[in-house]
Amino acid sequence: MTETNRATGSPLVKRGLAEMLKGGVIMDVVNPEQARVAEDAGAVAVMALERVPSDIRKDGGVSRMSDPEMISGIQATVSIPVMAKARIGHFAEAQILQALDVDYIDESEVLTPADETHHIDKWAFDVPFVCGATNLGEALRRISEGACMIRSKGEAGTGNVVEAVRHIRSIVGDIKKIGQADEPELFEWAKQLRAPLPLVQEIAETGQLPVPLFCAGGLSTPADASLVMQLGAQAVFVGSGIFKSDEPARMASAIVEAATHYQDPEILVKASTGLGNAMKGLEIATLETKLAERGW
Amino acid sequence: MSRTVGVLALQGAFAAHIAILRSIGADTVEVRTAEQLASVDGLVLPGGESTTMSMLLERFGLLEPLRSRIHDNQLPVFGTCAGMILLADEILDGRADQHCLKALPLSARRNGYGRQLASFETDIEVSGLDEPFHGIFIRAPIVERIGDAVEVLAEVDGQPVLCRHEGVTVASFHPELSGDSRLHRRWLIDAGLIEA
Repeated sequence: MTETNRATGSPLVKRGLAEMLKGGVIMDVVNPEQARVAEDAGAVAVMALERVPSDIRKDGGVSRMSDPEMISGIQATVSIPVMAKARIGHFAEAQILQALDVDYIDESEVLTPADETHHIDKWAFDVPFVCGATNLGEALRRISEGACMIRSKGEAGTGNVVEAVRHIRSIVGDIKKIGQADEPELFEWAKQLRAPLPLVQEIAETGQLPVPLFCAGGLSTPADASLVMQLGAQAVFVGSGIFKSDEPARMASAIVEAATHYQDPEILVKASTGLGNAMKGLEIATLETKLAERGW
Repeated sequence: MSRTVGVLALQGAFAAHIAILRSIGADTVEVRTAEQLASVDGLVLPGGESTTMSMLLERFGLLEPLRSRIHDNQLPVFGTCAGMILLADEILDGRADQHCLKALPLSARRNGYGRQLASFETDIEVSGLDEPFHGIFIRAPIVERIGDAVEVLAEVDGQPVLCRHEGVTVASFHPELSGDSRLHRRWLIDAGLIEA
């Protein structure tokens, strides 16, 4: 019997995993114990990283890809997908993460950028990539480089949802406007967004981003998850918001419940009750470094 | 009388299933609560994370009502990938606390092909279809055992990937992602939810 001809690493296969994560919560974890808590709470995937964004902010210094040993430890502990972060433009870190058999790579502004001009050529990889974006132009540039999922950036490590809201509103708002535009206006949209025309035309035709659109950066309560999903996010990333809260396991479960029932305030009342303190947040105006400004 | 097809919408690729079902004229609702479950005449269990869905079925009080509708009322169900795992009567490499609905005699091994890098797409010969069906397998389960009464409709390298047992159809791949409604249509007809 001959083996079936299987195509791996194709765009459909890479985007397919993002489709499976919709309606779910992807949680930042820094060790196998946290990964276990995340999986027990119902996370659809975990993001393995050395320090959560709020600690990266506090500690300063250069932030890099995590130690492979830590990532393998997490892979051995949970059965849900494991994602890991590479620095913007650092294709060698991405090659290492692919060789580690991670399920998704986040080319992330939360780490210190390695290249001030070039993002990673993500078409060159079989492992899928997620990238951050603050607006639709940035999202489409990342998609043109091969990103298979976009997450709005927000401002990681702040516990403040205001930037996440700004970014998801900007992306979703422009998608709606392009849906109303006529053909000649699409050329202008492509120019204004500094984005490839065919991707703009695809949005005009389908009314949506060509890849799944998730939200990240500053989400720290069930209500935050509900808010951004009502604004058009198809799933959420929660970083510092879980393990910097008083009761991580309960907060994690509650945000998972909120992602499913984001349109049902009565269920959200229950999910939001008795969680202890959420993480202490930061005012955006007080920040020395705005992570969302990394990447272009 | 109009028949309502539910799509379990706790998490996963439920929107893609709804789009395909609507394209072939099915009256479709998202199911997240026991009340919504009670209103449907058939249910699709989509791809996604089977561990997450199992927990949410339990937390939102859907597990027992769904079990009883499948076993006592022969509710027609169509499970894809994670949905297949939930409908199996045995889960291998699952979490110890993971529930299965035992809708058909079948053992499913989670992530049987491996992690995402082993995910693949390929054309599949499906019995009863003239043209091959394009199958997209994402961290897909492998079927390791089936009961005698289960009909295998398609295989990949000798392993069943599409099976039918009365009103229950399960696929280890994602027919909702390939823009082809033939398998959804066939299940709806098998289940008596649309006219042939």
